Amino acid sequence: MIHSFTTLLLGLLACGSAVAQVDLTGSWTPRNHEFLTGDGLPVDFTGIPLSEEGRIRALSYSESQLEMVERQCQGWPAFYLVQGPFGLRIWSETDPIKGNTISYTIGGWEDRAPMTIWMDGRPHPSEYALHTRSGFTTGVWEGNTLVTYTTHMKAGFLRKTGAPSSDEAKVTMRFYRHGDILTVLEIIEDPIYLAEPWILSRSFQLSATPQPPIGPPCVTAYEGSVGATAPHYLPEKNPFVDEMTKKYGVPRDAAIGKPETLYPEYRKKIPPLVPVQ
Amino acid sequence: MRVFVLGGLVTLFFVAGLPRAAGQATTAKASAPIDITGYWVAFVTEDWRFRMITPRKGDYQPVPMTEQARKTADAWDPGADEASGNQCKAYGAGAIMRLAARFHITWQDENTLRVDSDYGMQTRLLHFAAHSSPGVRTWQGYSTAQWEKPGSLKVATSNLRAGYLRKNGVPYSENAVVTEYFDIAPIPGGGQVLLVTSIVDDPENLRQPFTTSSQFKKEADGSKWDPQPCTAK
Repeated sequence: MIHSFTTLLLGLLACGSAVAQVDLTGSWTPRNHEFLTGDGLPVDFTGIPLSEEGRIRALSYSESQLEMVERQCQGWPAFYLVQGPFGLRIWSETDPIKGNTISYTIGGWEDRAPMTIWMDGRPHPSEYALHTRSGFTTGVWEGNTLVTYTTHMKAGFLRKTGAPSSDEAKVTMRFYRHGDILTVLEIIEDPIYLAEPWILSRSFQLSATPQPPIGPPCVTAYEGSVGATAPHYLPEKNPFVDEMTKKYGVPRDAAIGKPETLYPEYRKKIPPLVPVQ
Repeated sequence: MRVFVLGGLVTLFFVAGLPRAAGQATTAKASAPIDITGYWVAFVTEDWRFRMITPRKGDYQPVPMTEQARKTADAWDPGADEASGNQCKAYGAGAIMRLAARFHITWQDENTLRVDSDYGMQTRLLHFAAHSSPGVRTWQGYSTAQWEKPGSLKVATSNLRAGYLRKNGVPYSENAVVTEYFDIAPIPGGGQVLLVTSIVDDPENLRQPFTTSSQFKKEADGSKWDPQPCTAK
């Protein structure tokens, strides 16, 4: 009798824990109403709190590197899922005996690998373990919010225009579901290329139209680059450093990602008549 | 004895797990599952050129505007807005949380949250206890608020004056409805972030609800509070 009651009680407690969570599985289409990737100008690092090292690397980058066969399919790190224009397909893996969720997987695209979120309490591997594009991610529920932590990502880019990320970067993501809207908050830490954590978010809408679980395969092709060196710009030689100023009136300090430009008080330092050409 | 212990555990489970019985009145302040009061500064990591400076006329991307909205925006005249006393059109509830500003959130009373901005010097009141009449239309409209368990704030705003989603004249109508969700999270290494997801529904000007999410970092005090009046330019 006591055993039956105890079982019932444990069952009720387990139920209480389960209903505290929300269902994230399914297809989510992006609400692309925010500009998270820049608009294609080569030197647009606005909104990124780059460190001095990050800025030097970013300004040395030439998009012509993508002509190189070995770089055409390099893809982007896990945190690109908030920046990119694509939707999310999320599914879960369930323990067939216990019924608990072992993992969630967020499907990939052509240029971002699928991301598995381990929910079974396993630890992150040694810092010397293999680093991959998607990294290693664990997750826990905090109330109705899924909180994930990603390590072991290969060095890549914070933004497609060349702002770099190191293999020491780490990302905390929070998945907030409000009705049919899913908002993903990302806090990216990079001790080498960021002066402070970079915080981004994007919302997605639940969709009955299935999102693909993975994009088309990336196929390399000869695009005219066979040189022995990677295209790049030497210090102070990036010819595009003032493009944002010319096109939009954005001050250079903001275009090159100086951290102080991310706060409202910087507005007072903006020249009143930045010439727009 | 074992029966008593088990009974106690079952009772504890139900007392802790079930909602309070109806009639046990409690205030919004007392029942707040999260504390969003304090000074918050916008951390402008997205849409920098639309938020920190006034974008050029015609630079509307990526707002899902209707053709009519585009025509309206193309006729944007900041000088005329200032001359007609409409210099706060870009500081209304449809856009204010996207501005590069500081916000001070306090409890005005037990059932009303007050949100002040330094940039534009606006005040929003988020009512947990609905009034019978929302009154005249204003830039900030009338906002009803409710806690969403286990830890989120939902705000719905209507009764607005027509305003701008962007300072360069991207319009929303007086019939727009703004739905917002406020969530907070810790920042690794210290600090707190306030995440505000905003959905502006205005079929007259928007082909689909305009959805943005903005981040704010908590500040220890108001030492950087810098009130500035609205400007149309």
